[in-house]
Amino acid sequence: MDTFLAQFLSGLATGGVYASLALALVMIHQATRLVNFAQGELAMFSTYIAWSLVNAGIPYWGAFALTLAISFACGIAIERVILRPVERGPVLSMVVIFIGLLVILNSVAGWIYSYTVRPFPSPFPSEPLFGQHYISSHDLGAIAVTLAVLVLVYAFFRFTPLGLAMRAAAQNPESARLVGIRVGWMRALGWGLATAIGASAGMMVAPIVFLDPNMMSGVLLYAFAAALLGGIDNPFGAVFGGFFVGVLENLLGAYLIGQELKLTVALVVIIAVLVVKPSGLFGRTLVRRV
Amino acid sequence: MGAGNLPHAALAPWKRVAVAACLAALCVPPFVLSNFSVFQLTLVIAYAVVLLGLNMLTGYNGQISLGHGAFYAIGAYAAAILMDHYAVPYWMTLPVAAALCLAAGFLFGLPALRLEGPYLALATFALAVALPQLLKYKAFEAWTGGVQGITIVKPDAPLGLPVNADQWLYFFALAVAILMFSLGRNLLRGRIGRAMVAVRDNPIAAEAMGIDIALYKSLTFGVSAMFTGVGGALGAIAVQFVAPDSFNAFLSIAFLVGIVVGGLGTLQGAVYGAIFIQFVPNIADRISRAAPWAIYGIMVILFVYVAPGGVASFVHYVSRRWRRKT
Repeated sequence: MDTFLAQFLSGLATGGVYASLALALVMIHQATRLVNFAQGELAMFSTYIAWSLVNAGIPYWGAFALTLAISFACGIAIERVILRPVERGPVLSMVVIFIGLLVILNSVAGWIYSYTVRPFPSPFPSEPLFGQHYISSHDLGAIAVTLAVLVLVYAFFRFTPLGLAMRAAAQNPESARLVGIRVGWMRALGWGLATAIGASAGMMVAPIVFLDPNMMSGVLLYAFAAALLGGIDNPFGAVFGGFFVGVLENLLGAYLIGQELKLTVALVVIIAVLVVKPSGLFGRTLVRRV
Repeated sequence: MGAGNLPHAALAPWKRVAVAACLAALCVPPFVLSNFSVFQLTLVIAYAVVLLGLNMLTGYNGQISLGHGAFYAIGAYAAAILMDHYAVPYWMTLPVAAALCLAAGFLFGLPALRLEGPYLALATFALAVALPQLLKYKAFEAWTGGVQGITIVKPDAPLGLPVNADQWLYFFALAVAILMFSLGRNLLRGRIGRAMVAVRDNPIAAEAMGIDIALYKSLTFGVSAMFTGVGGALGAIAVQFVAPDSFNAFLSIAFLVGIVVGGLGTLQGAVYGAIFIQFVPNIADRISRAAPWAIYGIMVILFVYVAPGGVASFVHYVSRRWRRKT
């Protein structure tokens, strides 16, 4: 029972990271109806920026905040410079641009920082908190950060005029434009926020998986699965999906099939769920008018 | 879809001459290029068949697939296992690979029917991620050779033809590709092809016209996988080697990039895309050794900027302007 609880909790911790990245995916999907395949690499690059800042002698939480700000600005810049010229193009062209971004970011990170695996500092104490031994402080901290991000995002969209404007721009761009919302900028803001959320996910997962340019490829796949499992149009679904996928992955790896096949089996389980519920567990079923 | 709307499949006389000239021109490269270049062109031909299959599914039928690398791998492994374990002649492996992939694609298409857009992308991508792991799996190692993979022997030219193995393989691949492209062309121009496009453009109207959407979608999945499997078998025979790691998820992504860059919903697009897949990574590597994939990514984005509808539509546009001027 002890090991089960430990596995379950550490699954929750990695699940929290998937949940953050899934939240970023949902955010861009809300604003643009597209799934951003470059989200993981964006998070990876942000984490490298944080690593540089920490190495330059800036205290951890200062570097954390600074990284979020830089990522936010970079996200906006990418939307304005690279995506805006083709936003009216076919969907698959956009997908291909995301793939292009993915390989560029990966390659540039490898070029600047080399492909060697580096440790990344954790801001939390190395001893488990509260005198228990089930969960390390970093895992606990990662879960707390995820939940904090979720609450902040919820509050932003629910209680601020800007959040309302962003929701309006996503739901009905034409009407939003008529009431004076700058839809293009709302989209850019969505990109900025998503990139910042991704950055927090990257900084939380880096102490666990270590820092290297390919660290996010697996994480992105799980986050993608989590977002779809919860329903791509539902932020809470995405967070639930993240925790669910993290726990599922960990328990499968520990008890049933070992580390080799756990990715495969996790994906098969998720797809089985999707075949039964094609728009995710909490997604809205789209009814088309003829 | 331009040419797809013609009432019957017969070519205009000048077009027939053009096709004959193209075929004649395609027979020249093996005699003037180095063996390695001929090998690269053989791979381009194999990729063109693959992309034709993917284009049927994604371009004509509107179902995204990030998992065609898996069908490519199934075709390649079918060819390699048959040649290595059962001493089947190389040309006999193609129909087997085709049948196997047709069945696999159709079966995968059945559950995938319910999924759309990003959900389908995930399901197919899962296939691409899962297959290499299954190929490595211990229980199948007797057949698949595990992580080591299988090495096969390059076939020689039959009947004492005065060409070396690389040249012969080029002609063999070319003949198969011509067969597959004419099959594909006839399929897409006929009743079935128009039903596939109708399902993409307006499923409800298509259903009202009496098209069985579920059947056509899974059928398209099967046929698409079949073309991809044939391409995979050709590729395996040309490379003489299969291993799980050469069929990673990136291969599937490269295929998707190939058809978008080449031109969705066009036959020529498959050829342009195949050339892109084969040569652009090499060119990128030559431009920058430090970050070749960054160059590759930039080129992909530039292609989409310059030709949002793919190279095929770009060529179409340029040739139309040129014809209007003369």
